[in-house]
Amino acid sequence: MSNALVQLTLARLREWVREPEALFWAFVFPIIISVILAVAFPSRGVRPVPVGLTAGPGAGAVRAALRAAADISLRELRPEDEARALREGEVYVIVVPTRPPTYRFDPSREESRAARLLVDRALKRADGRPEPWTAHEEPVVVPGSRYVDWLIPGIIGLNVMSTGMWGIGFSVVQARLRKILKRLVASPMRKRDYLLAQMFGRIVFLGPEVAIPLVFGATVLGMPINGSVAAIAVVSLVGGLSFTGLGLLTASRPQTLEAISGILNLTMLPMWVASGVFFSTTNFPDALQPIIQALPLTALNDAFRAVILEGATLGTVAGELLLLVVWGAVPFAIALRVFRWV
Amino acid sequence: MLSSESQLAVRCEGLTRRYGDVVAVNGLSLAVARGECFGLLGPNGAGKTTTIEILEGLLTPDAGDVEVLGLRWRTDGAALRQRLGIQLQETRLAEKLTVEETLRLFRAFYHRGRSVDELVRVVELEGKRASWVGKLSGGQRQRLAVACALAGAPDLLFLDEPTTGLDPQSRRQLWGVLERFRADGGTIVLTTHYMDEAESLCDRVAVIDHGRIIAQGRPKDLIETLGAPTVVTRHGTLEDVFMALTGRHLRDE
Repeated sequence: MSNALVQLTLARLREWVREPEALFWAFVFPIIISVILAVAFPSRGVRPVPVGLTAGPGAGAVRAALRAAADISLRELRPEDEARALREGEVYVIVVPTRPPTYRFDPSREESRAARLLVDRALKRADGRPEPWTAHEEPVVVPGSRYVDWLIPGIIGLNVMSTGMWGIGFSVVQARLRKILKRLVASPMRKRDYLLAQMFGRIVFLGPEVAIPLVFGATVLGMPINGSVAAIAVVSLVGGLSFTGLGLLTASRPQTLEAISGILNLTMLPMWVASGVFFSTTNFPDALQPIIQALPLTALNDAFRAVILEGATLGTVAGELLLLVVWGAVPFAIALRVFRWV
Repeated sequence: MLSSESQLAVRCEGLTRRYGDVVAVNGLSLAVARGECFGLLGPNGAGKTTTIEILEGLLTPDAGDVEVLGLRWRTDGAALRQRLGIQLQETRLAEKLTVEETLRLFRAFYHRGRSVDELVRVVELEGKRASWVGKLSGGQRQRLAVACALAGAPDLLFLDEPTTGLDPQSRRQLWGVLERFRADGGTIVLTTHYMDEAESLCDRVAVIDHGRIIAQGRPKDLIETLGAPTVVTRHGTLEDVFMALTGRHLRDE
């Protein structure tokens, strides 16, 4: 590494650590969002299903029957509250105490269909219907199967993407605005060194950026780490460099901070939504899958989940890593060509 | 063509540069000898900055020929950059780097040059080595910009409005830095609005308006020959020459 490249990388790092906001976004934000989501979506299964009951002549019998069921939590509803309670997920199904009872629910919601079955069984049992048999139940707790376990690798991937792209995009455009780029190319600095320094600066920060939420997830939220540290490090490195390339490309032309903000949002928003950060990519229709699977954040999240939760080796995620390398190298090469220095 | 090219620091002929319909530089030619301090004077929008940025290799002219230190930008760009020091108009250096870090960065771009210790001493910023650039005064920042330009021990220094917006003390201090650079044999090409600056620093000046040179020569000769009436109470100044040549109406950029 030439002295110029070392000094450019140091300058990049110094500017970064002297910017408290940047440190907040990189290190504190992923922890905050993990905690919030862990609280909002606790482990499922043991929670009783919320069921609504409206007033009516048979309400007393229904109430007694449902109160007796351990897996149901009953809520009395006034007629005017019914629609709202269903819409907001306050109750999954509403029982109207007619004879036989009437169930109001949205059949397109899985949780409503499940709730309807539980209510039906409880009411029929209370009416004395004999069970033909009772199945043996074997509760299995698979480590890493909770929502929060699935979520944290996605948050780490999201963070690698957004701090990389915002960090690079904003600092480069700001340097262009302040004519620092122009001053640098007026010196004998090699242009490639400037862009490489942005990448190297990222690598240094990548370590703590991935490690902090990972350690927090493992120790505080009990997420299992089944893969090797080396595999996680390689995935982080490849992912981090990949988004640096993309960040440099987005920052290669804009001349205002408004323009770069717009471009970054436009680039990242589809991945926030579609790349399986908060919910699985399988929720999208098959027609969109080829596009979604080709996105770099999808590849990074899949690779993180594979190595962290499933203990996969690098060989297993080679496809994802290759995709990330392409997403890093091609934009970097284009950025070097189209970069606006003056 | 010009003879004894090696004696020239800068030579350009027929420079033209358009921005859309606006002709910023219109067939401009000039020659600067080695060891000379040459000033480009002119009102806002006259084409000074465009001219100096073409000479610095930051802009490409639409037409014309440029030779700097006997080299050409197209073929010898990298070698030429090693030998130039450049201070741009309105560059704000990274605010969260210190003076020392900024100089170390610029020094790293050059094969040879002055040490950081020497640079801070030359521009009298020893007391500010560890200060962030963002905390410096206008005059200190400008001196730092000149120190960055001096980092590679250049043969030729380009300065675009080096003292604009500075108080008189800061201006004199900077003039001292430039005079010492010249005393060591360096060549300077600068643009300025200040006639006293041109009179005090420059061996020769060119007055530019509408992208052309309208007068050129030693400040003293211009004062004597060109419409600067020597009134009884005082001698004419370069400012009188300037106003006579470029008129009294306001120029807006």
